[in-house]
Amino acid sequence: MSAVARTPRLAVWKFSSCDGCQLTLLDCEDELLALAGQVEIGYFLEASSRELPPPYDLSLVEGSIATAADLERIRRVREQSHHLVTIGACATAGGVQALRNLAGLPEYQAVVYARPEYIDSLDRSTPVSAHVPVDLELRGCPIDKRQLLEVVTAYLADRKPDVPTHSVCFECKLRGTTCVTVAHGTPCLGPVTQAGCGAICPAYGRGCYGCFGPMETPNTRALLPLLRRDGVTEADAARLYRTFNAEAPDFADAARQATEEEAG
Amino acid sequence: MTHRTERLLTVGALARVEGEGALHVSVRDGEVEDVRLRIYEPPRYFEALLRGRRYTEPPDLTSRICGICPVAYQMSACRAVEDACGVAVDGQLGKLRRLLYCGEWIESHTLHIYLLHAPDFLNLPDVLALARTDAALLQRGLRLKKAGNEIVEVLGGRAIHPVNVRVGGFHRLPTRDELDHLATVLVQARVDVEETLGWVAGFEFPSLTIRHEFLALTEPDRYAIESGTPTGAHVGPFDVAEFEQHVREHQVPHSTALHATLDGRPHLTGPLARWNLSGERLPAEVRALATEAGLGPRCDNPFRSILVRAVEVLWAVTEAQRIIEQYEPPSGPALPVPPRAGTGYGATEAPRGLLYHRYDVDEDGLVRHAVIVPPTAQNQTAIETDLRAFIQTRLHLDDAELTRQCERAIRTYDPCISCAAHFLTLAVDRG
Repeated sequence: MSAVARTPRLAVWKFSSCDGCQLTLLDCEDELLALAGQVEIGYFLEASSRELPPPYDLSLVEGSIATAADLERIRRVREQSHHLVTIGACATAGGVQALRNLAGLPEYQAVVYARPEYIDSLDRSTPVSAHVPVDLELRGCPIDKRQLLEVVTAYLADRKPDVPTHSVCFECKLRGTTCVTVAHGTPCLGPVTQAGCGAICPAYGRGCYGCFGPMETPNTRALLPLLRRDGVTEADAARLYRTFNAEAPDFADAARQATEEEAG
Repeated sequence: MTHRTERLLTVGALARVEGEGALHVSVRDGEVEDVRLRIYEPPRYFEALLRGRRYTEPPDLTSRICGICPVAYQMSACRAVEDACGVAVDGQLGKLRRLLYCGEWIESHTLHIYLLHAPDFLNLPDVLALARTDAALLQRGLRLKKAGNEIVEVLGGRAIHPVNVRVGGFHRLPTRDELDHLATVLVQARVDVEETLGWVAGFEFPSLTIRHEFLALTEPDRYAIESGTPTGAHVGPFDVAEFEQHVREHQVPHSTALHATLDGRPHLTGPLARWNLSGERLPAEVRALATEAGLGPRCDNPFRSILVRAVEVLWAVTEAQRIIEQYEPPSGPALPVPPRAGTGYGATEAPRGLLYHRYDVDEDGLVRHAVIVPPTAQNQTAIETDLRAFIQTRLHLDDAELTRQCERAIRTYDPCISCAAHFLTLAVDRG
């Protein structure tokens, strides 16, 4: 932050997305008033019709880059921001809309629109980091409220945010949740998925479906026989990895491994 | 102003709406020539990406269409898939779904009332400005919103993109302790929502009368939310399987959202439609408070829909209380839903209006074809028609003021542009 004592200016930007990650900020019902006292909202279209000029001390960016106009806009946002943090699976991995990257845009457009020429759409949906330098990526579909508050307060205090890169398994242990795979044979992506959600799915008796994307060093090859043992076909395993973080390299590889096993 | 023959108004990016939209208005010789609500939200091709997915996946996948109303997508998706598989989820499981949905209504409507819409009535750029002038009022809104989120968190696991919903029911049932906690939260919510209704009733509403066809789900003896029969004010009730024959979508050049009509006429879905078609089915105590707040049996002014939203939050709070009080745990968290080849239809009432899904499932349990018609796509033609009438009577205003009023008018419909841009069906271009 600059040496001049002034209120830090926060900006929230939306690209191709569902609005859920920026809504997470408005869902901080208990903290919103305190936060509003600590920062000045420079740009947050969903919450305010007021805009303040750049530069912005912290920009939170939601959504993937999916149109030519967005490609221009993200470069401008980067130039105007001291710190740029991408929030959510769309911004960090291209999101569920990156499934079109596998199939091809013309096929997708033909399903949805009679006149695709009216539509501004790039062939691929890509993460923000593919286009501009990003200071931190906050994972999740959607992001976790506590992690978001940790990131914002860390930047306000000029310290490094504490965002772990270990697996969801750690969070089940912390929460005291019995392993759903060991106890019930429930297929679970927890061992290869990054922590952050608080291990919600296993606490609800459901296997993790990977919405926080791959952990730092995921051993997806070792997980495949376990998934198979618990009744997941290779085709289903490929679909599981190709959902909200399909373009995250480790999950894309895992989906390919599963497909190859199926073919081989 | 009157000597000018041509006038163009442009709102480059609409604030305090969900998603990305713009407005273009052209006026020539004192007549509004063209009004276009331009939706430039990037298309995300959900109907295409659903093809080839397992029949159990649409609830999780389609919830990502909208972070504000993910439960609505999950509920319509579940109903459509269960319909295809010949399973009906009712009894206590159906009531738990209704409870979850009440949570989303409370959260989404309160977000709109306090954070998106009220600043227009208070002449503020955003509601955070209230933090300095009336913090207690803002806290009341946030507390009410949080009550809705807490219901969704208990039943769904988290507030945005809940994880506990599945085809057939839930992954796990709530415990009595969790429901008792919600009951405590709802006692305060009941107080907060009655105060909210009184507060909103004091707003000054610009006049505008609309004469659209209305479309909402109805049920014989209760306010429809997670089930019901699509019913048009003039068209009457029709089977959900006939939805696509009645509601037709077409593509227009200026929008990534398809425009829709009901039997050839622009129609409106959402709070006004529900109130006009189903208001009399609300419990007497809710209707009495609505009357006290100045809401008559019929409402044709979209600016007053904030009042209907407040009444609907009141109803959702009382309905949630009732469900929790009468809850008896069902024998299991979900009914078995084995796949079978077929087509299924599902419609539920998202906070913004009727949300329709159709899935064609094959014998392997894979989705062959998906159609999703969200409420904002249905409302877009009606919104443009209303804006035309609204602007025509306000041409004496200068550009800045007219633009401000147009933005405000658009927000009364609570458009969810993220939803609107993310559907679609095979389109017929009539342009």
